[in-house]
This record gives sequence, C-alpha cells and structure tokens, in this order.
Amino acid sequence: MASLPAPRGPLSEVLVQSLGGNFVEQLPAWPDSEPVDGSSDAPGPADETLALWVLHELSYRGFTDVDERWEWHPDLLVLRWRLEGGLEQRLRKRFPTIERTDDFVADLAGLIAADDGPSLARHLQRHGSREQALELLRQRSIYHLKEADPTAWVVPRLPGGRAKTALVEVQFDEYGAGDPQRLHHELFARGMVACGLSAEPGQYADEAITEVLEQNNAGSMFGMHRRLRGAALGHFAAFEATSSVPSRQLAQGLARLELPDEIQAYYEEHVEADAVHEQVALRDICGGLVAREPDLAEDVLLGAWTCLDLEARTASAMLERWEVA
Amino acid sequence: MSLPDDTETETEIQTNADIETRADIVLCPDGPMLVRGQAVIEDADGTQHATTRPVSAVCRCGRTSRAPWCDGTHKLIADGARSST
Repeated sequence: MASLPAPRGPLSEVLVQSLGGNFVEQLPAWPDSEPVDGSSDAPGPADETLALWVLHELSYRGFTDVDERWEWHPDLLVLRWRLEGGLEQRLRKRFPTIERTDDFVADLAGLIAADDGPSLARHLQRHGSREQALELLRQRSIYHLKEADPTAWVVPRLPGGRAKTALVEVQFDEYGAGDPQRLHHELFARGMVACGLSAEPGQYADEAITEVLEQNNAGSMFGMHRRLRGAALGHFAAFEATSSVPSRQLAQGLARLELPDEIQAYYEEHVEADAVHEQVALRDICGGLVAREPDLAEDVLLGAWTCLDLEARTASAMLERWEVA
Repeated sequence: MSLPDDTETETEIQTNADIETRADIVLCPDGPMLVRGQAVIEDADGTQHATTRPVSAVCRCGRTSRAPWCDGTHKLIADGARSST
C-alpha cells in the first residue's frame, strides 16, 4: 500500500492532512478552489486533480495508515461531488460535436480510427532512451497497477444483455481468465519489479504529471457513476482499440533498450489481448449498450473521445518534457 | 452498405436488440475472426494452436506478426490504403 502523496496546493494539503490524522466525524469546511485557466488546452488544476485522485484511490487500494472509513465520509463525498462536477464540466466543454450516422458502431470506430494524436509508443519504439522508458512506466503505473478496475464498477450498472455478458467476458480476460499468473495488473507489477521499480499502487503519484492524474480521474469518475455508464464503456472501447499496435511498438522499444523480459511480456500480452478486446468492446459492449439504451450514444462518444484526448495530452506533455515534441 | 435480407437461408438466426444472442465465430468487418471458447486453430503449415482466452481473434489479413492470432496490423494496412487513395 502506498503512502499519501505530497500535496500540490491548499485543497490537497487539507485533504492529505485530514487523511493522515485520526478519523473524525466532522471536518472543517474545504478551502475554495483556486481560479482556473478556462481555456480548453489547459489541463485540470494540479491541486484539485491530485485531491480527486486521492479521493478515488480510497475506493481502490487505499493508503498506508489511512482509516478505511474515510472512503464514505460525508465531508469527503461533498468534496468529491464538487471536484467531479468540475472535471465533468471540463471534459464536456472539450468534447466537440461528432457527426452521427445510423450505424453507431461504425461512428464510434470511425472516431477512434481518426485519432492522430502524438504517440509515446512510436517514440519509444525506435528513439526513446532507457530513462524515458522507465519514466513512462512510472507514469503508467498509476493506472496499470489497477488495470481494468475502473471498468469493473460498470458491471452492476448494466441492466443485462449483450453489453453485460461481453463486458464480463473481456474483464475475465483482463483478470487472468482464472489464472492469477495472468492477472494483467500483476503482469505489470512483475514487470515493474524486474525493472527495479516499485510495484506499490500509487507509489509514483508524486511524479505523476497532472495529465496522467486527470486520465485516471476521468476513468474512475466514469466508472463510479451509474449515470456515466455510457461514457465509461466508450472510454473503455477507445482504450482497448488504441492499445494493440502501441503495445507492440512499446514491446519492441523495451526489447531494443534491453529492459527485462517481464515488462516486455506485459506489453506482448496486450498485443493479442487488446486485438480481441477492441472488437468485443466496440461491437458487443458499446453496440449492445446503445441498442438497449439509445440515449446513451452521445455519452459513449464522449467517453471515447475523452480517452483519446487525455492520452494525447499526456503524450504531448511527456514528449515536451523529453524535448522531442 | 447493407445486403438485402436473405430470408431464403434456412439456418439464418434473426438477431435484434430484443433477442440478444451471441455467435461463437464472428467475422469482424475489415478485422479478425473472433472465436469464442476453447478451439484449436490449424494454420496453413498444419501447426495447431489452442486458444487460451475466453475470446480469441484469428488474423484474416495475413499480415500479423503473431500468426494465427490478430495483432492489430490490419488497421495499419487500412490506414495506408486510405491515405494512398
């Protein structure tokens, strides 16, 4: 279990301090949010983004020496409500109008196929350094050590039918198809350890760039809110559909940099797995959901678009940091 | 483009949102063939490959680096074809 991260502003400071102290029934009022850069290019505010990540994390693995009762503390839920409201508003503001036809699956596939965002996998395949690869693994660990978990929240929110059975079919594969040795987030953990890195979830939160935390927050928020189940599944489909080829490129890059077999194996596994998951996610999961609940179509597209957009933001930020943008 | 309904085909199973069924073998448009459950795929050389997943994707474009399984390469071919036309 990881320690609480270092605060990034007044709000996360109060939150981290509270969680690090004794459990109390009532907390003082939360500090106001700082003024936000309203432009759609700006990432979420660093302080709020970290605070929301910490709040969500209480529902996954928690933190060392933090009382587990905090997860459902009403004062924390008040803060979560406020921060998720801000995040959702920001994501919807960035979301452009997507042209629709009468073939929803084709529209969704087309939106994903049109993605031409910068690619960290392409950079690392041929050019990136060992240090850059290890830095990317640390950034990715924020998600990969709880891979598939944000989508698992959606299962009980689906009424039934093809979308539900197909989602569980894919999740079963994500969770190792009954074999603990194949649990995807544990494959990643083994890869991290083989690289000499920590496999504790959230261990590298202090290094995580705001864009990475925002990616994680969006996935968690979509998954945890029944209302946003369409966005959660659209996000999942876009994630899976943009994973197979980059995973192959990354596996090649990691082999070129002579990083351990275990971490290569993690990406190798995703070449084949995600080639399957992509098809099932688009056709059966998202197609099945929208066939049953047509009103969710727009949110499915919102989720897919947000997934691609947030990855593009992370990739741009990392490439800029590496001075290759 | 959709083909006219072939109501003459006696084995055709009607599927719609009300009767949600699944197929064991699915041919994905411009993509792989999905195979549900345990199966053994014999490739052109006669080598047999057992499935290990709840659903597996078998390459149909012939360009995969992980035959007989799909590795997503068909999308790069499609992209190339699109940009060259």
